[in-house]
Amino acid sequence: MSETQANVQSAPDVSTLAVEIKDMHKWYGEFHVLKDINLEVKQGERIVICGPSGSGKSTLIRCINRLEEHQQGQIMVQGIELTDDLKKIDEIRREVGMCFQHFNLFPHLTVLENCTLALIWVRKMPKVQAEEIAMNYLERVKIPDQAKKFPGQLSGGQQQRVAIARSLCMSPKIMLFDEPTSALDPEMIKEVLDVMVELAHEGMTMLCVTHEMGFAKMVADRVIFMDVRQIVEENEPNEFFNNPQHDRTKLFLSQILDH
Amino acid sequence: MTNFREIADMPPPANTVGVVGWVRKNLISTPMNALFTFIGLYLVYLLLPPLLDWTVFSANFAGEDQTACTGTGACWVFIKARITLFMYGFYPSEEYWRMNLVFALLAATFLPQFFDAFPYKKVFGIFSVTGFPIIAYILISGGMLGLEHVETDRWGGLSLTLILSFVGIVAALPIGVVLALGRRSSMPVIRTMCIVFIELWRGVPLISVLFMASVMLPLFLPEGVTFNKLARAMIGIVMFQSAYMAEVIRGGLQAIPKGQYEAASALGLSYWKSMSFIVLPQAMKLVIPGIVNTFIALFKDTTLVLIIGLFDILGSVQSAIVDPVWRGVSTEGYVFAAMCFWVFCFSMSRYSMALERKLHTGHKR
Amino acid sequence: MAEPGNTSATPSKPAPWNDPAVRSVVFQVVAVAAVAYFFYVIFDNTFTNMEKRGITTGFAFLDNPSGFGILMSLVEYDESHTYGRTFLVGLLNTVLVSFLGIIVATALGFTIGVARLSSNWIISKLAAVYIEVLRNIPLLLQIFFWYFAVLQVLPGPRNSFSWNEAVFLSNRGLFTPAPVFESGSSLIFGALVVAVVTVIAVANWARKRQETTGQQFHTVYVSIGILLGLPFLAFLVSGMPVSIDYPALKGFNFRGGIRIIPELMALLWALSFYTAAFIAEIVRAGILAVEHGQSEAAHALGLRPAPTLKLVVIPQALRVIIPPLTSQYLNLAKNSSLATAIGYPDLVAVFMGTTLNQTGQAVEIVAMTMAVYLTISLSISTLMNWYNKRKALVER
Ligand SMILES: Nc1ncnc2c1ncn2[C@@H]1O[C@H](COP(=O)(O)OP(=O)(O)OP(=O)(O)O)[C@@H](O)[C@H]1O
Ligand SMILES: [Mg+2]
Repeated sequence: MSETQANVQSAPDVSTLAVEIKDMHKWYGEFHVLKDINLEVKQGERIVICGPSGSGKSTLIRCINRLEEHQQGQIMVQGIELTDDLKKIDEIRREVGMCFQHFNLFPHLTVLENCTLALIWVRKMPKVQAEEIAMNYLERVKIPDQAKKFPGQLSGGQQQRVAIARSLCMSPKIMLFDEPTSALDPEMIKEVLDVMVELAHEGMTMLCVTHEMGFAKMVADRVIFMDVRQIVEENEPNEFFNNPQHDRTKLFLSQILDH
Repeated sequence: MTNFREIADMPPPANTVGVVGWVRKNLISTPMNALFTFIGLYLVYLLLPPLLDWTVFSANFAGEDQTACTGTGACWVFIKARITLFMYGFYPSEEYWRMNLVFALLAATFLPQFFDAFPYKKVFGIFSVTGFPIIAYILISGGMLGLEHVETDRWGGLSLTLILSFVGIVAALPIGVVLALGRRSSMPVIRTMCIVFIELWRGVPLISVLFMASVMLPLFLPEGVTFNKLARAMIGIVMFQSAYMAEVIRGGLQAIPKGQYEAASALGLSYWKSMSFIVLPQAMKLVIPGIVNTFIALFKDTTLVLIIGLFDILGSVQSAIVDPVWRGVSTEGYVFAAMCFWVFCFSMSRYSMALERKLHTGHKR
Repeated sequence: MAEPGNTSATPSKPAPWNDPAVRSVVFQVVAVAAVAYFFYVIFDNTFTNMEKRGITTGFAFLDNPSGFGILMSLVEYDESHTYGRTFLVGLLNTVLVSFLGIIVATALGFTIGVARLSSNWIISKLAAVYIEVLRNIPLLLQIFFWYFAVLQVLPGPRNSFSWNEAVFLSNRGLFTPAPVFESGSSLIFGALVVAVVTVIAVANWARKRQETTGQQFHTVYVSIGILLGLPFLAFLVSGMPVSIDYPALKGFNFRGGIRIIPELMALLWALSFYTAAFIAEIVRAGILAVEHGQSEAAHALGLRPAPTLKLVVIPQALRVIIPPLTSQYLNLAKNSSLATAIGYPDLVAVFMGTTLNQTGQAVEIVAMTMAVYLTISLSISTLMNWYNKRKALVER
């Protein structure tokens, strides 16, 4: 417990932006996949990113923790610029947690070991203490009783909650979510969204790719709409949903709200 | 926020694509990578020039006998001079046309199998495992229809290798199917017998099976009944191969969803009918790549017959090498035999990989 | 059967020839009878044939002196030893070449498999060439190549290649210096045992310390240090009781040192190079079978590439790799029987070859030889099944 507090103690300096992206371009080989991205995220801000399939949402969010590298422009995370420098990448990954669409839990490790792995090997923490922290987060996502099971034995919703707990164990200052609920059955979506809402209310900086518009309305400070591999429109949720500016946005909203 | 303007695709920064980008990414992305590139290039430099020099630039191609081989490179004259031995063994030269005809026929029946559009694939396929072996046997062995009889101990070379592997695969297939079905049977006695048979052959080396076939088979047979050396080797190979074949086919049977079995019995089909019309056709399709792979293994394994005194291609090469007429040509002989095997096995393995990919995508859809 | 009130619950019995249960029993009885008859005929023929040829039966021949020498033996052996002893000599030679082959093939195969996956284009392509060339050429051909085309044409002992006048390579084989342990060297072996125990203790201690303080410990380096250091220390303390016996040219051949006969070298190289090509493919497939998302998740948690490999990728890849890997090991052991072709005295060569030729007792000898291979195969596959069950991922 003391350790969690210790990690939060270097509270984010409010003046530095959590994420700052300037004139960023990315190519996959010859394919121009992100065009002229400009984005500023303040500390504690909750951003929802939406847009049609193939618009580059995943790519954008994966650039933020350098799972993908960009070729032009600048990405700053907590004031650290992303370059080839391995030290910087380490630092940034310490600040940023990520949840994937397909959970990507480690199937050969128990739920508890999934959560303690990085604490032990990255934070160099004693096992006992790591387990204490992990149990703490597993309680917050409401599955402490599954700690000794293997991921394969859990439902999708439970797995995604473990994945969230696993990221939170590293006490990140920013959380990235890439369609965390789109591989889940409807009845499991809620249990994951509840955890995310709670997290949002605690003041975590979040960038979330999702099509859950209810979630966006409830917690987002800003909604970003991407299409044709660009940012088309960004606005606060009320404006975004009730008064979309761009035809593409209107079309997209009419399509997903119809359902 | 209405200042959105669609940007046209732009080419990536010059140093990330094209030759420069490719080199940066694949050869020198990190210092370590650059070091590996250097080591790799050095290895190529060490190996390739001497190899090319030996095989081509300093090699001797023209001539008739050893005296023509003056260079420091390979003496390909040796291969040229002995090529009929390597191809036909000691088969009488005036009868080569019979072998040629058989292999032309083999190619004609099998090649269409590689083309999806060919309409008579099934007919050709069935002919290649039924009519063809009979015609081939009559042609090669002779002794009837006015063809001169050629004893099996005169068969040899690449043609013997092909005969052995063809017989091995064609005869092992039906036995393998029966064994695979038996291993999955609900009758405990049948299942046990099949498991014992399969695991017995799979557990021992082929060479011991060949020894067994050549020394023990004559003991097993009643007085007066004898098999020649070739037939004994074939029996050994077929037994051995059918065990491996059974395991491949069992894999296919296991991959057929249980619903198919149930649907077949729901239609009121008997065991044999549901197996032969519903399950086996589907399973066989799945296991073709596996069969091709066992065939490749068998093709390479046929070389072992030289240990019990048959002259397959490696056996003929070996006999030509130790023949004092030619000296110091062992490498050339082995390289030639290796090339024959390599071309065949490599193309078969590519074929099986392509089939596998096709099956895979077919299943996804 | 037809008790009142119970008729609908009991299905009517079909005629016996249509009853699947009866059919199945009949079928099995017939099958057993057929197999039994088959074996009866074979045994009958075999006994008649053997009697006619005057071949004795039974295992008494194992106690008779063999009367032939064997090129290489790990235990004391000469012409006066029994056939039982030749069996043992052959078996040990088979075990030796299989054991060495497995070690070399594993090391080489893993290296090439990883190289095949390298992001470096040249390294990856070189590995691919190795794999495609080696695995598509028959093993026997490769054995012949190494033996007849490479080792046999080396110069004789007088003109052998030498390295520092200590290691000699000629057509008689490879000669290397041999350590000779004199009295007092038991201390060195003692130190080795102590070192092994210490390493185990250190590993345990390091794990405990990690669990309580979080500090990592370089167990691997320290272990290597202890394993090499302690025996060396003992070597110095006990007054260096180990002398080195260098091979030296005496007459037409070398004396002293360790001799590795060309037959063993050729067989070992061919077996390891050939099997390594298959192992490389297995390793490659195993690593590729671990989804990319796994290492991405590890990276996202801040794990560097090396620990990601060690903690996430390799443990998962090993589950895929180990079953086919063991079957490659089995193949290697079985393929070692090709030794016969170049005269390396393995089990098949000395027992199924020479011994069988001399005694003619085909049935006993073939059965004994096959039993050895079967025992090895079956015990390893039993072990494998157990391992697979234990390691299978727990799924819903
Ligand atoms: N590794 C890659 N190599 C080449 N192209 C890629 C790669 N990954 C993604 N792409 C392409 O980049 C584009 C953007 O992909 P991205 O995954 O970012 O879309 P997305 O907005 O997340 O879509 P979705 O809603 O389907 O997840 C797509 O056209 C995709 O085909
Ligand atoms: Mg996506």
